[in-house]
Amino acid sequence: MTAGIEEFVARGVRPGRRWPAAFRRPLALLPLGYLALLVAGSVLAPVLAPYSPVETDLDDVLAGPGAAHWLGTDALGRDVLTRLMYGGQISLLHAAIVVVTVIGVGVTSGIAAGYLDGWFDRAFTWVVDVLLAIPVLMTLLVVLAVVGEHQILVMVALGVLVSPGLARVVRGATLAVRKELYVAAARVCGLPHHRIVAAHVLPRIAGPIIVQVSLLAGGALLIDAGLSYLGFGAQPPDPTWGDMIAQAASVIDRQPWLLVPPGVVLGLAILAFGLLGDVVRDATAAAHAEPLRDRLHRAHRAPAPALTPRGEPSTALLSLRDVEVTLPGGQVVVEDLDLDIGRGETVALVGESGCGKSITGRAILDLLPAGGAVTAGSLLFDGADLALAGPRAMRRLRGSRIALISQDPVGALDPVFTVAHQVGELVRLRHGGSRADVRSRTLGLLRDVNLPEPEQVARRYPHELSGGMAQRVAIAMALAGEPGLLIADEPTTALDAAVQAEVLALLGRLQADRGMAILLITHDWSVVASFCRRAYVMYAGHVVESGPVGDLLAQPRHPYTEGLLGAMPQRAQPGSRLAAIPGTVPDPAHWPRGCHFAPRCTLATAECSAAPVPVFEPAGGHRTRCLHHAKLSPGGERATA
Amino acid sequence: MLRLIAHRLVVSVALVFLVSLLAFLLQSAAPGDLARAILGQNFSVPAYEQLRHQLGLDQSVLTQYGTWLRDALRGDLGSSPISGLSVADEIAHRLPVTLSLIGCATVVTAFVGVALGVVSAVHGGRIGRVVDVLSLIGYALPSFWFALTMVTLFAVTVQLLPATGYVALGASPAGWARSLVLPVATLALPGIAVFAKQTRDAMLDALSRDYVTALRANGVPETSVVLRHALRNAAIPVVTLVGLTFIGLLSGTVFVESVFAMPGLGGLAVQATSLHDIRMIQGVVVVFTVIVVAVNLVVDLAYGWLNPKARVR
Repeated sequence: MTAGIEEFVARGVRPGRRWPAAFRRPLALLPLGYLALLVAGSVLAPVLAPYSPVETDLDDVLAGPGAAHWLGTDALGRDVLTRLMYGGQISLLHAAIVVVTVIGVGVTSGIAAGYLDGWFDRAFTWVVDVLLAIPVLMTLLVVLAVVGEHQILVMVALGVLVSPGLARVVRGATLAVRKELYVAAARVCGLPHHRIVAAHVLPRIAGPIIVQVSLLAGGALLIDAGLSYLGFGAQPPDPTWGDMIAQAASVIDRQPWLLVPPGVVLGLAILAFGLLGDVVRDATAAAHAEPLRDRLHRAHRAPAPALTPRGEPSTALLSLRDVEVTLPGGQVVVEDLDLDIGRGETVALVGESGCGKSITGRAILDLLPAGGAVTAGSLLFDGADLALAGPRAMRRLRGSRIALISQDPVGALDPVFTVAHQVGELVRLRHGGSRADVRSRTLGLLRDVNLPEPEQVARRYPHELSGGMAQRVAIAMALAGEPGLLIADEPTTALDAAVQAEVLALLGRLQADRGMAILLITHDWSVVASFCRRAYVMYAGHVVESGPVGDLLAQPRHPYTEGLLGAMPQRAQPGSRLAAIPGTVPDPAHWPRGCHFAPRCTLATAECSAAPVPVFEPAGGHRTRCLHHAKLSPGGERATA
Repeated sequence: MLRLIAHRLVVSVALVFLVSLLAFLLQSAAPGDLARAILGQNFSVPAYEQLRHQLGLDQSVLTQYGTWLRDALRGDLGSSPISGLSVADEIAHRLPVTLSLIGCATVVTAFVGVALGVVSAVHGGRIGRVVDVLSLIGYALPSFWFALTMVTLFAVTVQLLPATGYVALGASPAGWARSLVLPVATLALPGIAVFAKQTRDAMLDALSRDYVTALRANGVPETSVVLRHALRNAAIPVVTLVGLTFIGLLSGTVFVESVFAMPGLGGLAVQATSLHDIRMIQGVVVVFTVIVVAVNLVVDLAYGWLNPKARVR
């Protein structure tokens, strides 16, 4: 019965393990191979070594590498290679003792604390806190002073001293696993603790344990060699790596070569342990990272449909034509985008999340994520092409001509500076002046955005502000340079309804007062309806429909717009079910070839997916990227009006 | 914040007690005792008993510890039964050497490491790989071996710097600086790589935040975005490294002082260990622990100063 439950629990949702595969990667084989070689060389030293480790030859001291002695001889004429091989016996044995001790103490206590929780965990955390601050080497010297002749005891003590670090990592990993459903389920089913730990917890935390133990093994080799170097290791004439370095140091001016063999063998051994740890850590961390598909060479790019702008501002402040945005990895996320904003105009860019709205806003400001770029088309701002402007020109433009406010107002403020400091920096940048000038202008801006008690708000840090206050501060910062265009990326999404209305009213007033154009990026049609004159609807990287907001609301000419409007609670017929568009927005790697909306569209035909869909303009200023837009018109098969 | 510091202080006091008690416990658990060590192979039983009494070894461990602690709180760490020197005097005499070493190494580590980290975060590419290689070297090379190589290169082959020794700052500032170059370089190397990596990660994290986009969108110059805003935020995780590095350097000085024959605390500890002079080494450990505690406290305060969310309102 229990076995059945256990099997069920295990089969259920246990995430896969990736680290065992890590050991088969070439990067892991190299250090593993080197360590295997060391172990073999040390264990088989009595068979393989060309000489005896204590065999001196005073006629041939301090020889460099040669045929008789591949790695030369030391000050007493002893063969360096032989001594390295025998020295490995002690060093590796000592490292093994430390590792076994660390696993015994650190893993056991870490799992117990993470798994049992409660008072044991609190006591554990406290003790670990204390122990972690102990200077390890110094304390080890105390141990050495007392029991120096018992090397094994010293190594066990070293293992105990470095255990707290591992114990803390193990506790953290165990705690994370314990909270997962399948472990909770196993506990509820009444499996005994030791079986849960053995079957479910250990396999999951083995990755981090291997990483830590591997690093600790390297550290143990290092400390062991250090102690031998200081003269606290095995007593001469028995060779150890650290002692060989110490002896090389005494003849450093006569034969510096002697430093090389033990240093390189030891350094590479430590490096091998470090690399092993890295490989396992990378394998554990990369478990969820999927490689992006390269879409740089996508076939069948839509030809740019040339359209004469009609019903749109003839002297547009911002005019985007055929813009294509590519992200790192060659992912095209915006295609054939046309967009115009007149001076003082309020325009909406509407769509579900993941359709490319925010990226478009960032592209205008030349603030795409590193590696992203506008790869085609033109962005005219006030007559100048932003695509041709250099980074310096763009920097001058930002803030003074185009500014941005974003969705997460608290996150958009630097957490370590006060409001006065942040707004003040921009005021000083734009207007200069004395401290008093900057301060009064700063407070003026804060007053402008309707912040109550601006003096008091100015002294606060971002985490001390509410969302609405933070958004007002962000708006004040955007206004500092008196820009002609404000890109407002979901400015009210994170705010509650009452604050939303206030912020929108504030934006409306500022726009009227200052004649500032606003590009409002949003998914909320009610905001569009109350605030904007024209709107562009985006879906999966395309503008699918654009036109005056009134027209769009009254008579959508793209099935996607129709679907979005149908999903608005405000427009639903009482008593009828709220419509929703089936399916989800495809990610750019899986865009269909023709109309991106075709897979979710009830009107789709084979034609829709055959080739890129051109843009139609069935009414003045009202455009659509739909072959079947006529079926949506009043009098068509599916009129919504 | 106050609670955090109070908690830290309690932990610290516990730590100092624990570490000092450890030496006593180990001593009593070990076979043979101090009196036997002093007397050597041939001794008479009455002489042994008398010495034991003299040293207080006939009392219980806890009584001995109590006596030591009472004296320690008055600044008297006892005297070495082997050399007869006062432990506190000997430590006070050697402390400036070790503090010079660790202080300089910490400053060098932090500055070079943070600078490398910032540059590799902003420019990436080649400097990033240099940091990666440097951190591998710093991790894998035993410090004493690296120190010896430095001596071979810069003191034996090219006689640019002194191979060993220490010149007091008061005696000759230039000599002091010259005597510290190689030891500090040796000590700083592994830490620089750790700082550079951590700073790069923290900077990349900070530079990917929304507020950086907002600052750039509002036209804040890139130097201010990187050096004022991102670096100030990245400094919060990096400052905790300063404490860890400092503690790591304390261990490093044991080897480095030995290679460069510097008369510091690390050398004193090694010497005391080989003489089984437990009183002396116990004093050194306690002083090291107190230094660790003090540094951690300073780091906590710096953390609070840098991170407004951790401050008391």
